[in-house]
Amino acid sequence: METYIGKSVKRREDARFLKGAGKYTDDIKLPGMTQAAFVRSPYAHAKILSVDTSAAEKAEGVVAVYTGSDACGTYGVPCGWQVDFKDGETMREPLHPLLAKDKILHVGEAVAIVIAESLELARDAAELVNVKYDVLPAVTCPKKAMESGAPKVHDQWGDNAAFDWCIGNDRAEVEAALASAHHVTEMNYKNHRVAPNAIEPRSYIADYDVNADKWTLYTSTQNPHLVRLLMCAFALGIPEHKVRVVSYDVGGGFGSKIYHYTEEALLTWASKEIGRPIKWTSDRTEAFLTDAHGRDHIVHSKMGFDKDGKIVAHLTDEFCAMGAYLSTFAPAVPTYLHGTLFQGVYTTPLIHLNVTAPFTHTVPVDAYRGAGRPEATYLLERIVSKAAKEMNMDPAELRLKNFIAPFNGTTEPGYQTQVALQYDSGNYHASLKRGLEMLGYEDFRKEQAEARKNGKLLGVGISTYIEGCGIAPSAVVGSLGARAGLYEVGHVRVQPTGKVSVFTGSHSHGQGHETVFAQFAADKLGIPMDDIDIVHGDTDQVAFGMGTYGSRSLSVGGSAIIKSIEKVLEKGAKIAAHKLEAAEEDLEYAEGKWTVKGTDKSISFGDVSLTAYVPHDYPEGVEPGLDFSSFYDPTNFTYPFGTHIAVVEVCSDTGKVTVKRFVACDDVGNVMNPMIVDGQIHGGVVQGIGQALLEEVVYDGEGQMVTGSYMDYAMPRADDMPMIETDRTTTPCPHNPLGAKGAGEAGAIGSTPAVVNAVVDALAHMGVTDIQMPVTPQRVWKAMQN
Amino acid sequence: MIPAKFDYIKASSVSEAIGLLDKHGDEAKLLSGGHSLIPAMKLRLSRPEILIDISGISGMNSITEDGNEIVIGANCTHAAICNSDLINSDLNILAQTAKCIGDIQVRNRGTIGGSLAHADPAADYPAVVLACDANIVVEGKNGSRTIAATDFFLGIFTTSIAEDEIITTIRFPKVANGNYQKFFQSASRFAVVGVAVVKEGSGVKVGVTGVAGTPYRATAVENAYSGNSDAASHAIEGVEDELMSDHFADTTYRAHLAKVYVKKALEA
Ligand SMILES: Cc1cc2nc3c(=O)[nH]c(=O)nc-3n(C[C@H](O)[C@H](O)[C@H](O)COP(=O)(O)OP(=O)(O)OC[C@H]3O[C@@H](n4cnc5c(N)ncnc54)[C@H](O)[C@@H]3O)c2cc1C
Repeated sequence: METYIGKSVKRREDARFLKGAGKYTDDIKLPGMTQAAFVRSPYAHAKILSVDTSAAEKAEGVVAVYTGSDACGTYGVPCGWQVDFKDGETMREPLHPLLAKDKILHVGEAVAIVIAESLELARDAAELVNVKYDVLPAVTCPKKAMESGAPKVHDQWGDNAAFDWCIGNDRAEVEAALASAHHVTEMNYKNHRVAPNAIEPRSYIADYDVNADKWTLYTSTQNPHLVRLLMCAFALGIPEHKVRVVSYDVGGGFGSKIYHYTEEALLTWASKEIGRPIKWTSDRTEAFLTDAHGRDHIVHSKMGFDKDGKIVAHLTDEFCAMGAYLSTFAPAVPTYLHGTLFQGVYTTPLIHLNVTAPFTHTVPVDAYRGAGRPEATYLLERIVSKAAKEMNMDPAELRLKNFIAPFNGTTEPGYQTQVALQYDSGNYHASLKRGLEMLGYEDFRKEQAEARKNGKLLGVGISTYIEGCGIAPSAVVGSLGARAGLYEVGHVRVQPTGKVSVFTGSHSHGQGHETVFAQFAADKLGIPMDDIDIVHGDTDQVAFGMGTYGSRSLSVGGSAIIKSIEKVLEKGAKIAAHKLEAAEEDLEYAEGKWTVKGTDKSISFGDVSLTAYVPHDYPEGVEPGLDFSSFYDPTNFTYPFGTHIAVVEVCSDTGKVTVKRFVACDDVGNVMNPMIVDGQIHGGVVQGIGQALLEEVVYDGEGQMVTGSYMDYAMPRADDMPMIETDRTTTPCPHNPLGAKGAGEAGAIGSTPAVVNAVVDALAHMGVTDIQMPVTPQRVWKAMQN
Repeated sequence: MIPAKFDYIKASSVSEAIGLLDKHGDEAKLLSGGHSLIPAMKLRLSRPEILIDISGISGMNSITEDGNEIVIGANCTHAAICNSDLINSDLNILAQTAKCIGDIQVRNRGTIGGSLAHADPAADYPAVVLACDANIVVEGKNGSRTIAATDFFLGIFTTSIAEDEIITTIRFPKVANGNYQKFFQSASRFAVVGVAVVKEGSGVKVGVTGVAGTPYRATAVENAYSGNSDAASHAIEGVEDELMSDHFADTTYRAHLAKVYVKKALEA
C-alpha cells in the first residue's frame, strides 16, 4: 500500500494553476454585476473641505456614488488585538472608516466609491468627483511621530502613541548588567518598511440577494471566516448566518490578506443599497497605497558580553509604526510576535524590550511574512555578528558558545525564555554545524583571505534563527490581548462509498494544502490520496476557521483534521467489530482495513463506510453516518529554527552586492512533503534577500509614496538570486500529532540578516560595521567611502 | 490602470500619418510599440484623444545597408535590432544596447523610433545615437529633414521633432569598435547610467544617458582621451548642475557611477 507522508508528491492544484485555469475572485462574473472605482486621496494628511459628486452621478453608466457623508461613513473596520499602555491606559483605537469623511490620514485613503456598469465607466466617473482638501503637514517616521510638535495623526489624543509596551526582565536590572559588562555592542538602525506584493491583487465581489436576504462576499483572503466575523459583528452589524464568504484560489498574501479591509465591508454594504453585485479589483498602485505593509521599526539596541563572550544582557528600545489606523493584527506584531522571540537561540539571562507604537500618516502596518519574528531575528543576528567582529571572535564560535543546549521537549523539558514563551524542542548546535559543513566554512575563510589580496570583496554572513509558529493557544493569546481564539477546525466527512471530503479552516493561498493535507489524511486513513478531497475557503461549507498565517496550517489545521480522523476510526472500529463479530480490542487497523488480530478476518474502510450509511446490520446504540468535526487548540506555539549562511561579493567600483551562495539548513519539525517545504523555503529566502538588498517603501517628507510602482519598488527577480542550497535537521514538535513545526515563514526570517552580515563582513577590513537596509549599491558604496 | 477614452486610427502610410497629425494637432499621438505611451495612458498621465497607430506602415521596419551607413526603420523593434546580422556585424554596439533593454516582451514590442521620440532620460539608445553620430530622419507636412543626434535631445522627454513630424528612419555610420555599458536601476532596469563609446583611430566618442536630464556627449572626456581610461574622470564635466537624483542614486553617487562606467566603456 502506497504511503505519502515524507514524499515529494506533486501538487494537485498545479494542474489548474499551470494551465491558467485557477479560479480567482476577479475571474468571477455574476449576472448584473457592476464595477467599483475609488476616489483616493493624493495627500497624506488633509482636511476634506468638500466632496462634490454631482458630475460623477450624472456620468454615463454610473449606478451610485457614495462618500463618507453617506451611512457607510459611520462604519469602520475593527482591530483584532488589544495592547494597552504600560501605565494601564487603554490602547488608543480610532475609527477606521470605510470612507474618510472629515480627514485624510494617508495617501490612498478612499474618499468616495463610484459604482458603474463597467470598470472603464467607473474610472471615468471617479475622475469627475471633485474633492477640495486643506493639506496639512504629515509625519511618516515612527520616531519623529513621537517628537513634540510632530503633526498629529488623530487629534483626540495628546500624542501619536497608539500604545507602548515592554517585555522581559526589569529594565534597571538589565541596565546594571550592561553597565558592568566586559563588552557592549550597540546597534541603531531602521528595519525598513516593505510592501507585500502578492501577485494577485486584492479583489472582492459583494452580492446581496434580496429574495434570500443573504449576502455573498467573494474575496481574495487568507481568512474567510474571520472576515465574515469581523464584518458582521463589528464593521456592519449584519447577521452572520446571512452572510457567506467565499474565497476560491488566492494568488499569495504574505500576510496582507489576513486582515479585514474597508473595501470588503463597503462593497457588502453597497450591494444591498443598489441591489446588484459589485466587483472591485485593486490595481498595482492601489495595492502599494492600501495593502497593509510590513516592518517599519526604528531600533536602538545594546547587548552586553562577559570576557568569555557569553551574553549577559540585552536591552532594546524600538519605535514601531502602526500607520494611520490599527489594522486587524497590527498591535500584536511588534509586541507578542516580536518581543517574545528576543531570547533567540541564546541563553541570554537578562532581556528587556521597550516598544513605542505610534500612528503615522502612512498605510497601516501589519503582519508580513514572519511578522515581528524577522525583525527580532534581524536584530539578534546582526548584533551577535557585530559583537563577534568587535571582540575579534569568529561569529560561528560566538554563537556556539551562547546556544541553548539541545532539548527534545519530551524526556527533556522545554526551554523557558526570559520573554514569556517556553520553546518546544530544539537543537541549535546541530543546525549551525550542518550549515557550516554545507558551506565549507573553513575553506571559505581561506578563499576570502586570498580574494582580498586580489582586491576582491567576499563576505560570509551567518544567521541562526528561531521563530514562533503554530499560532496559537487561545487562552495564552487571549491573556495577551487577542480578541479571537486561534484554534482551527478540521472536518472529515466519509461518504457512503468510502471516499472522503476533508473540510479545513486553513485556507490555502498558494501553499499546497490540497496536496499536503490529502497526503497525511490518506496515510492516517490508510486509503489512496485520490480518494480524498480537501475543501477550504467557503464559510457555507467549512464550519469555522481561523485561516492561514503564522505558519499554522499544518501544525494547527492539520492537527484538527487528525483529531477528526481519529474519531472516524474510533467509530469505524465499532462498526467493524460488529460486522466481524469480534471485540473492538481485538481489532487492528492498517492499510485501510480492520483485521481481527492473528486471523485473516477483515473488513475494509469502504465496507465500514457503506455500513455506516446503510445501517441494516449495525451495532446497537451507534448513530448512522461517519462524519466528524473537531476544533484543535494547540497547547503551545511551535518553534522552527535553522541556520542560513550567505556568501556575497561586493563590487568595489559600484557597491553592488551579488549573492554568490545561499545555504539554508532549516528545522521545521517533521516534513510531510519535502518539495513543498523546499518551495516555501526558497520563496521565503527570496523575500528575505529582497528585503536585505532591494525592496523598500519610501515616503517623502510630505508623506507621498515614492515607490508606488515596479518602476521604483525593486522586487527581486530570478537573476538577482543565487541557487538556494537547502538541507534540514529534524527535531519533531513534541506537542502536536504530526510533529510539525511550520515552514512558511522560516525563509524570510533567517535570510535577511545572513545577507547583511555577509556584506558587512566583506567590507569589515575597511572599517565598515553596519549598513542600513536595503543594502543598495549606493548605500554600500557610501559606506566604503567613509 | 484603465486609460481615458480615446479613438484609434491605423495609418497605412507615412503621409497618411502626417496628414492625421496635422489634422488633429496635439489631441493626437503616434502609437508605435506602445511600451512607453500605453503605460503613461493607463496611469492617465497621458490622455491623447486619438491614437494614430503607425506600427503597420510598410517600409518602416527594414534594416538596410546604404554605402557606409546602416539605415534602420523607426518601427524596428529592439528584438529585430538584437537579431539583425547586419547590425551584429557592422553596428554591434547597437545590438549590445538593444539586448539590455527591458525584457523579452518589451524588446518584442518596443521600437527604436518610439524610444528616441519618447526621450526618457533613463533610456538606453540615446547614448548610442550620440556616440555614433547617428542621424534621425523625420518627415512632416513640409517634407523630410535630418536631425543630427547631437541636436535631437532637448531635455527630459523633449526632442527637436516638430508636432506634425514623424521619425521614419535612423541612419547610423558603421561602427567597428564600440561598446555600451549600463548600470541597471534595480526596479525598472532602465539605465541609472549608460555609456556608449565609439573608438575611431586615436579618438573616441562618448555618449552618456541616465546621468543628466538630457543625454549628452562627454566632450571633455573625448578631448582628454589619450588612449587609456584616465579621461573618465571628466565624465560629468559640463553637466554638473543637471545631474538627476532619486532614491537609487543621488547626484554624488550618480556622478561617481558615470565615471566608473565611462572608464569601463573606454577599457572594454
Ligand atoms: C517594462 C518595461 C521596461 C523597459 N525597459 C527599458 C530599458 O531598460 N531601456 C529603455 O531604453 N527602454 C525601456 N523601456 C521602454 C521601451 O524601450 C519602449 O518601447 C520605448 O521607450 C518606446 O518605444 P515604443 O515603440 O514602445 O513607443 P510608443 O510607446 O508607441 O511611443 C512612445 C512615444 O513616441 C512617439 N512615437 C512613437 N513612434 C514615433 C515615431 N516614429 N515618430 C515620432 N514619434 C513617435 C509616441 O507618440 C509616444 O509619444 C521599457 C518599457 C517597459 C514597458
